[in-house]
Amino acid sequence: MTKLQKIVTNPAFWRGMVSIVVFLIIWEIGARSKQWMTPEFFAPFKDLLAAMGFKRNYLPWIGAVPAPSVVLASWLTVLGDASYWQSWYMSFFRVMAGFIAAMLIGIPFGLALAVSRTAYGVAFPVFEVLRPIPPLAWVPASIIFWPTQESAIAFITFLGAFFTIVINVLGGARSIDVRYFQAASSMGSSRWDIFRRVILPGTLPSIMVGSAVGMGITWEVVVAAEMISGGGSQVGGTRGGGLGFFIWNSYVGGSYEQIVVGMISIGIAGFASSELLRWLGRYATPWLKAR
Amino acid sequence: MSATAPARPKINAGEIAVEGVSKSYGALQFRKEVVHDCSFTIERAKLTVMVGPSGCGKSTLIRLLAGFEQPTTGRITLDGGPITGPNRDRLVVFQETALFPWMTTWDNILYGPRARGELSRDAREFGEFLLNKVGLQDFRDKYPGQLSGGMQRRAELARAMINNPKVMILDEPFRGLDAMTKELMWEYYSRLYEENRRTNFFVTTDIDEAVFLADRMLVMSNIPTHVRAVIDVDLPRPRKLSDLVESDRANDIKKQALSILHAEAMRSFSRGSKAAADFVEAYLKRASRA
Repeated sequence: MTKLQKIVTNPAFWRGMVSIVVFLIIWEIGARSKQWMTPEFFAPFKDLLAAMGFKRNYLPWIGAVPAPSVVLASWLTVLGDASYWQSWYMSFFRVMAGFIAAMLIGIPFGLALAVSRTAYGVAFPVFEVLRPIPPLAWVPASIIFWPTQESAIAFITFLGAFFTIVINVLGGARSIDVRYFQAASSMGSSRWDIFRRVILPGTLPSIMVGSAVGMGITWEVVVAAEMISGGGSQVGGTRGGGLGFFIWNSYVGGSYEQIVVGMISIGIAGFASSELLRWLGRYATPWLKAR
Repeated sequence: MSATAPARPKINAGEIAVEGVSKSYGALQFRKEVVHDCSFTIERAKLTVMVGPSGCGKSTLIRLLAGFEQPTTGRITLDGGPITGPNRDRLVVFQETALFPWMTTWDNILYGPRARGELSRDAREFGEFLLNKVGLQDFRDKYPGQLSGGMQRRAELARAMINNPKVMILDEPFRGLDAMTKELMWEYYSRLYEENRRTNFFVTTDIDEAVFLADRMLVMSNIPTHVRAVIDVDLPRPRKLSDLVESDRANDIKKQALSILHAEAMRSFSRGSKAAADFVEAYLKRASRA
């Protein structure tokens, strides 16, 4: 209760609320420009807008977007639709599969590069050449490499998070103060002990940062991969192809308000995953908040 | 606090001999000598303070004593045996803090025994004793980030002492503390020393700190560093800061050490060192006050 009171009495909370409400109002009015805008209102800008390619008689950009009230109504209808939730499930499943694989492989790999000069010398050059390749450039190759489209999409999401996680782990482990190593070895630590009690906890904050950034990239990549590959999943046919496919399908089907429903769904999904990660991070690095 | 005497390991004071040690870095024309033909003894069960201008190579000497690096020429021995690498018998308390930020005070203090697999009941009891000794019993489960600067240094002293080293090496441990806390720490540290008479080697740039703490004082030259003078600080113990301010003997020793440092500063001033210029100015001010 006190926590809720704290939030409600905080001006920052109300600024945020006002910001959202004003945004929705402007969106609603702008989206309904066809209803209230007369040709006279439009006239002074006619030549400019025509030069930019806008031909119709309503506000550019925002006038073409479905209004939030329409989006909400459309959302309420899909909430009861199993295929909408199937899209959520598919995207989450792919993000988590790729992301967890990236953590499981990326963290040990980054640590190995940091502690072993040999590992660094052997693996880093290849890593650095592969790293700048955008995950989406891997889509065609990945469809060829992998037996199913599902595994191809998971591989692409994996790449999205993997490079970021490795770079952060490597940088984090390298920036641990040399005095910690000196202190630990003076007090009789073995190499394994230094790894476990100094390098690992010393790198943990960077692991959390890398994971948070990697999670964001994973969502970007999964949606694009789903659009390109047409969803891929056999589950529920083309109707269960993930949120990216949900958007693409809505576009192809001409259901514009559902495009927005899909976009906002991804926003919420991405926010929820980051929040989960932040919560895990706070739990894993209690000394960082204790200042 | 302790009705029954807690398990306290016997203090085993060591003696370090530094013989003709030089240390250079770099190669060919980039070669720079930091320590030049340095010889001194860190006497058993005494508090030896090394005082010298900043940037003179004191920290390099500490790395050699700790065994993190090897001298280019000369040798360093502990009780006759050569120093080959870092070991718990020579522990360093670093400038600023090197407490592990991810461990609580208690886990930091117990680090050494735990790392060596010696975490017995006795070790825990000794840890408990040291925790009380440095006055951190209420901060046992706090992280270093939650401690004040003075508390961090005290925790670090306890973390070193639990390993019962033969020699404690302190590299400007109270640097960065405010003046009041610093004086508090001097008294704290000197009481700890007076109680257990371990071999201590304390490095500082602060002449007041040096005179208050030292049994023997090594006054160092500028880079490449070597010992300019050894001064015996024969002030009675236990020492109190208030007594020392009025002691003529203490002031004499300070003046003696300062004049050596002044001569050193003049020498590097003539070579264009800006830090030396600051020192010369400060010295003249202080001399005119006395």
